[in-house]
Amino acid sequence: MLVRLAAASLWARALTVGMTILAIALSVALFLGVEKVRTGAKASFANTISGTDLIVGARSGSVQLLLYSVFRIGNATNNVTWDSYLDLADRPEVDWIVPISLGDSHRQFRVMGTTTDFFDHYKYRRDRGLVTAQGAIMDDLFDAVIGSDVAATLGYSVDDPIVVAHGIASFTEHKDQPFRVSGILEKTGTPVDRTVIVSMEAIEAIHVDWRSGAKIPGQTTPPDEIRQMDLTPKAVTAALVGVTSPLKTFSLQRAVNEYREEPLLAILPGVALQELWGIVGIAETALLAVSVMVVVTALIGLMATIFSSLNERRREMAILRAMGASPWTILALLVLEAALTAAVGAVLGVALLYGVLAVAQPMVDAAFGLFLPITPPSLAELWVLLGVIAAGAIVSMVPAVRAYRLSLSDGMTVRT
Amino acid sequence: MGAAAIDLHGVAFHWPGRGAFGLSIPSLTVAPGETVLLLGDSGSGKSTLLSLICGTVVAQSGTVAVAGTDLAGLSGAGRDRHRADHVGVIFQQFNLLPFGTVQDNILLPLRFAPNRRQRCPDPRKTAAQLCAALGLPDGVLVQRAASLSVGQQQRVAVARALIGQPPILVADEPTSALDETSQAQFLDLLFGQVAAQGSTLVMVSHDPRMAPRFDRVLSMADVIQKGAA
Repeated sequence: MLVRLAAASLWARALTVGMTILAIALSVALFLGVEKVRTGAKASFANTISGTDLIVGARSGSVQLLLYSVFRIGNATNNVTWDSYLDLADRPEVDWIVPISLGDSHRQFRVMGTTTDFFDHYKYRRDRGLVTAQGAIMDDLFDAVIGSDVAATLGYSVDDPIVVAHGIASFTEHKDQPFRVSGILEKTGTPVDRTVIVSMEAIEAIHVDWRSGAKIPGQTTPPDEIRQMDLTPKAVTAALVGVTSPLKTFSLQRAVNEYREEPLLAILPGVALQELWGIVGIAETALLAVSVMVVVTALIGLMATIFSSLNERRREMAILRAMGASPWTILALLVLEAALTAAVGAVLGVALLYGVLAVAQPMVDAAFGLFLPITPPSLAELWVLLGVIAAGAIVSMVPAVRAYRLSLSDGMTVRT
Repeated sequence: MGAAAIDLHGVAFHWPGRGAFGLSIPSLTVAPGETVLLLGDSGSGKSTLLSLICGTVVAQSGTVAVAGTDLAGLSGAGRDRHRADHVGVIFQQFNLLPFGTVQDNILLPLRFAPNRRQRCPDPRKTAAQLCAALGLPDGVLVQRAASLSVGQQQRVAVARALIGQPPILVADEPTSALDETSQAQFLDLLFGQVAAQGSTLVMVSHDPRMAPRFDRVLSMADVIQKGAA
C-alpha cells in the first residue's frame, strides 16, 4: 500500500517528477551511449587490422611502425630493402607476405603501393575483407583503387584520372604518369578508406625519372617505355605477414628482430594496437568522466525536486504521522519515491538509448565506420543502472532526513 | 468502568527552541466512552494538548496515560504504534492524502495498527459500511480524495478515524471549514457513529454552540496553566 501511495504521490506531481525522470533518463542514455561508443570505438580500433600475424618494417618503435604501416600516420624512418623482403618471404614460417610502399600522396590522402594479395589478406573487424563497391581492383600498371572516403571527399568515380604527388603535402606532382581509378572500395571504417592503392610496380614507375627525391631535369620517360622497363621494387616500407601456424609467430618475430643483414622490427599488430590505445585511451576516460558528471547533475536535480516538494508536503507527512506512521516511515517513503523516480528514469534511459541505437546504428556505421552493436545490456551496464537507482536513493537521504526532522517537530500539526 | 481513557497529571511541556511558550496541565481525566469538548481560542494550546495525547510530542514532566498506558514509558516507535492502535484523528481540514482514493485514505491507519486490523477482518466492506453510514454516495471509495467536496472529505476523515474501532477519537476543530448546515449534519453523523462504537471523543473547538451535544465541556483556560512550564 505504501508503495502504491508513493507512486500515487509521484503521479500527483507528474509534471515536476516527469521533468526529473526525463533528466535522469537523458543522463543515463548519455552515459550508456558514451559507454557503447567507447567500447565500439575500442573494438573498431582493435579490429583495424586482423588476420595479420606480424608487421615487419625498418627498426624503429612498435607504435611508430603500426602508425605508419596501418594508420598512415607519420613516416617510416627507413625502408626495408627488396633483398631482405625476399629473404623474409622465403622463410618456411611465412604463409603469405604482402609488401607495402608508402611515401607519395594524392591531395590529403596517402598513396600506398602494394600487390593484389593485399586485397586477399587485409582483414578488419575479425574476418571482413576489402570489397569493391564500384569497378575492380587494379589490373593495369597505372590503375588505382581508392578508399570510400577518398571517393566521397574528392567526388571520384571509376575511370577518373588521378595524378599522384611526390611525397606528402607536396606541390610536385607525377604529372607524366597519371593514374586511372579502377575501383572504389566499400566503407570499412579503417584507414584503408582514406588510402589510394596502386601496385608496387606503379610506385617504381612514377619514380623512373626521379633520383634522390628530385626529378631529373629534362628527363621524361613516356609511359609506354616505362611499361617495358624492369619495375622490380628496390625497397618496401613495410610488409604484412601471415604465418603458417600461430605457434611460429614468436619464432619468426625473433628471427626478424635478429636479422643480421639489416636492422628490422617485427611487431604483433594486436599488441601494438593495445599499446597505442593506451595512449589515445586517455580521451575515453575524459569522456566517461564527463558523462558521469551529467548523471551526477541529474541526481542533484532529483534532490532539488524533493527538497522543493517538502514544504508543500508537510501536511501529507502530518497526516501519515497522525495515522501512526513513524518518522522513519516518512524517511523511507521519500527514499522510496526517489528510488522509484531514478528507476523509471534509468529504464526510460535504456529504452531511449536502444531507440536511438536502432535508428542511428546504420548511419553511424556508414558515416564513421563505427559499428555499435545492439546487444542486451551487459552485466556492467545493469550495475550502472542499479548504481543510478542506489545513488538516487542516497541523494534523497539529504531531503529525507530533513523531512524526518520536520515530521518530528511538526508532529500532527503543520506550522508553516 | 476500568482505567480512564485519557489521564494527564502534572504535565509540563514546552516546544524545544521556542523560549517560554509551553503549557502545564495539573490534571485532566476523560472516562471511557465520554464525549468532551475543549473550548479555547486559537493559540490557547489546544493542538499541543492533542499532540500530547497522541504521543507525537512528549511531556518534559508528569504523566500522560492514554488507554491505560503511560506514554512516557514507550519508545518513539512504541508511541507511534500506540497512537495508531488507540487513537483516531480528525483534523480541521485537508485531512486526506489528495492523490489517494477514498478507500486508500480510510484504510491507511490499519497499515500501522495491528490491533485495529484484527478488529476489522474485512476492511473494504467495513470502509463501505462506514461510508454509507456517514451518508457518502455509492462508489465514493474508488474516487480520488481530492475530487470530493470539503464536507465529504471531512466525513471520509471520520470514517478513517473510526475504522478498526479505536477506543479514542481526537478531533481538532473538524467543523471549522464547514457551513452551518453541513456542521450540524456532520456532528449528527459523527456522534451517531461514536455512540455506535462506544468510543471516547475529545474535540477541541473555539465554537461554544456545539456544547450541548457533549457530556462535558471544558475551557482550555481551566485545563492548562499557560506559560508556566
